[in-house]
Amino acid sequence: MVDITTELSGLKLSNPVIPASGTFGYGEEFAELYDLNILGSISIKGTTKDSRYGNELPRIAECTSGLINSVGLQNPGINHVIQEELPRLQKIFHKPVIANISGFSVSDYVYCAERINAAPNVGIIEVNVSCPNVHGGGIAFGTSCENVAEVTREVKKVTSKPVYIKLTPNVTDIVKIAQAAESAGADGLSLINTLLGMRINIKTRRPVIANKVGGFSGPAVFPVALRMVYQVSKEVNIPVIGIGGISSAEDVIEMMMAGASAVQVGSANLVEPLACKNIIDELPRVCERLGIEKISEIIGIID
Amino acid sequence: MREIIFTVKNNEQLAQNIFQITLEGDTSEIATPGQFVNIKLPDKYLRRPFSVCDWSENELTIIYKVVGSGTETMREFRGGEKISALTGLGNGYDLSATSQNPVLVGGGVGVPPLYGLAKKLLAKNITSSVILGFNRSEECFYVNEFQKLGLNVKITTLDGSAGIKGFVTDALTGDEYVYACGPLPMLKAVHEKVLDGQFSFESRMGCGFGACMGCSIRTKDGFKRICKDGPILKHSEILWSVE
Repeated sequence: MVDITTELSGLKLSNPVIPASGTFGYGEEFAELYDLNILGSISIKGTTKDSRYGNELPRIAECTSGLINSVGLQNPGINHVIQEELPRLQKIFHKPVIANISGFSVSDYVYCAERINAAPNVGIIEVNVSCPNVHGGGIAFGTSCENVAEVTREVKKVTSKPVYIKLTPNVTDIVKIAQAAESAGADGLSLINTLLGMRINIKTRRPVIANKVGGFSGPAVFPVALRMVYQVSKEVNIPVIGIGGISSAEDVIEMMMAGASAVQVGSANLVEPLACKNIIDELPRVCERLGIEKISEIIGIID
Repeated sequence: MREIIFTVKNNEQLAQNIFQITLEGDTSEIATPGQFVNIKLPDKYLRRPFSVCDWSENELTIIYKVVGSGTETMREFRGGEKISALTGLGNGYDLSATSQNPVLVGGGVGVPPLYGLAKKLLAKNITSSVILGFNRSEECFYVNEFQKLGLNVKITTLDGSAGIKGFVTDALTGDEYVYACGPLPMLKAVHEKVLDGQFSFESRMGCGFGACMGCSIRTKDGFKRICKDGPILKHSEILWSVE
């Protein structure tokens, strides 16, 4: 019997597989297909202080082994999420969730963290300082060590729950940003968010995405994510959630060997709604084949 | 929603750049006309959404227009091939909210879901009339199929090479209850001309089942996901510009 349990800041997970924020809504659509309770946790759709429509359409572009999205943090706002979405999710998913929050100023992040801290089914607060799709928003925070440190410090003051900072890959040195978050008190890190990308329709001579550029994700970014998880996890002493193009049980194991304590599955949910279930079903078999008895023992085994 | 592996029965050309695929497999998730399936194509990451034209217990047809590299690869589907599709997506037309003499208005590849709709309406003893708009006669399809149902069919073409020269709106008086499906400019023109009806929207989608917010639009009743809360919107909720 293979042990696939893992742990994030004292939170015990039955397995390392977590649907990534923005690819799973609040779980409702997927609950039609499978019992969500098989998941390690769920990172809910990124939430801002006020309700947002997001960016104009088109928001989606096809790429080789991936896609570009420019949704722009469409969400119903923090109060609606706390009053409606989290209680509804609690009825179908009985484990602690990861609450992903976003903002346009330090006070926005603090506002959201303070409120969501009181929600009983939130186990971790994931602070998105890395959304590439909002002007003057997340990305400005995520690309500066000072800003990441400040957001981390201020959010930590208003919550008793573990705070994970979700990092952008669109920086010169992600290790420095990760260290700034750790020094400011982050309990863990989630990486990577999407890579800034673009597509042009050569017939119409216009960008495919209304916002011109957007976040690139999917299997194509897996090697980039893996490299960053490896580099960051070597230089920090807090848990890392590995995110980026994970589509199979083998990808999960590879990401954990690179240093991830758990993983988030994103784009794969959109093209294969059973992706997380299939990965969780496969994981013990793949571990067995590879002679892994306890999955947590492979975390960061690469020198 | 369910993922079903369908078997291609046939894949045939209907008109210029217009093809029809018949798929064999479990269609039990499809509850009402106007719903769609999201098909996995070889060498493409995202699935592609297509409205269901017609379906029976173990068979469904979809009609597609070759517009890009994705639909180009669909021409290669041969009988016996397996295709993964998410089925039973979208809200579909509401057959209870109709008049006794509705008009089905289709433009180009917006025509297919109206065929399934016409049959379901007939099953409820509602005889619709049909207006089909195309660019030119070489692109016309399914005219006979609608006529075989015993329905009155009017054709409009932009160049006058078949039927009435002009737009579908030229065949409307404005008093009709419409079921419309077609490109955005057509939907907008029909929406402006008539007072009531249901309109099927198309959009570039991420997932096709409500998870990614890739196809959300503003309506008078708030933000709606075309894939999940649509693709059919009621006349009264449609908003064409930000107010």
